[in-house]
Amino acid sequence: MHWSKSAPAAFLGVAAVLGAAAQQPPPTPAPRFLVVIDAAHGGDDAGGKLDTGTLEKTANLTMSVRLRSLLGARGISVVTTRESDAAVDSNRRAEIANRLNAGACLSLHATESGSGIHLFASSLTPAQPVRFPAWKTAQAAWVTRSLALAGVLNSALDHAGIAVTLSRTALPGIDSMTCPALAVEIAPQRGEDNKVDAEPDDADYQARVAGALAAAIVQWRTEGRQP
Amino acid sequence: MIPRYQKILFVVLLIASLAMGVVLWQLRERAHKRLVAGDSSAPTTAPEVAPAEEATLVAANDNDNSLLPQVHSLPLPGDSGARARAVLGRLLDLYADPEAKHPVPGGAASVLQVFLLPASSNAQSHDAVAQLAVVNLASAFAASHPSGLQTETLTIDSICATLRANLPHVAEVRFLVDGQTRATLAGHADLTRTYLTAQAASAEGTKP
Repeated sequence: MHWSKSAPAAFLGVAAVLGAAAQQPPPTPAPRFLVVIDAAHGGDDAGGKLDTGTLEKTANLTMSVRLRSLLGARGISVVTTRESDAAVDSNRRAEIANRLNAGACLSLHATESGSGIHLFASSLTPAQPVRFPAWKTAQAAWVTRSLALAGVLNSALDHAGIAVTLSRTALPGIDSMTCPALAVEIAPQRGEDNKVDAEPDDADYQARVAGALAAAIVQWRTEGRQP
Repeated sequence: MIPRYQKILFVVLLIASLAMGVVLWQLRERAHKRLVAGDSSAPTTAPEVAPAEEATLVAANDNDNSLLPQVHSLPLPGDSGARARAVLGRLLDLYADPEAKHPVPGGAASVLQVFLLPASSNAQSHDAVAQLAVVNLASAFAASHPSGLQTETLTIDSICATLRANLPHVAEVRFLVDGQTRATLAGHADLTRTYLTAQAASAEGTKP
């Protein structure tokens, strides 16, 4: 083996480059955008009963599966709080969303009252983030982001021709979440004479709503990545 | 010949019979007096109906998710707690109407009591005489209330806003059902927390 005169210098140069690379911190991967879909009620808690005879817990689960499929097709990771007719405590639902550091959480409901889609953000007074937030009011630091998410969903649903009402409420589970969180309540679609055109468990109606919600979540992900 | 012990036994039984007769007579007299005394305390004059006053009921509408004030004339008692109960009873009577825009069965009988207590120190920092209203609802009302986020939220907000409109010192409201705490009204709206009437009033008149 023969070393040229320039070999030691080249070796030192490579070593210097490697040393500099070792001192730099490894590049941090971009945070993964993940959505939590919460089909409300389940198990012994049937929720309300729709005029078609369907229980609210069943309509919520069907809608959850639809939305999960649409978001998955758009490359968005989804975690659901339940995949079957199982009872899940409201605290457990919040724990799932908080542990995953979700980019958005939608709690799905269905009702016979009113019309269109009812979007609810927490009624907690917005507050500054604290290191150890109280469990029952943890959402207070996220209310502003939740209201922004409500605005995005409102636009998408409005664009799809679905009537929306925005409101705020006290809902166990949502109030404990540390992520942008909303309750989405599907009410019947009504015509001019207040006659029901589509029930909340109608497959076509649910598909339209799920499509609009998926488009809104994609938009929300894009907005969240902007500086 | 009658034995001596039988004579004694006869006398003892006779005395006991007479004594029991006397006691029975006295008990009868006492019961009679009690009945007579009860008659005298029966109402003989009709109670005076409180004069009619104007009250503001903040009524909910499911169709447009709104809370709108309506002025009604109704007899209102002088006592604040009874006054709050009367106002809320009238509000729930509106909702019990089959044509109501926020239909909820039950009516005035659904409000069992309204207790007025000093509010929290936080509320009293804004109003020294701020009050906490504890509204005790009947379990039949909660059981028959339509289930849904919007309808339950509207019921709670309209109760809070109506209390604030008629009793301005009521800053906070808590709910009981048959005297017990309950997790939700009909599966959705949280009944374990303290509601601020100022927040409900801010939703008043709102439409999407």
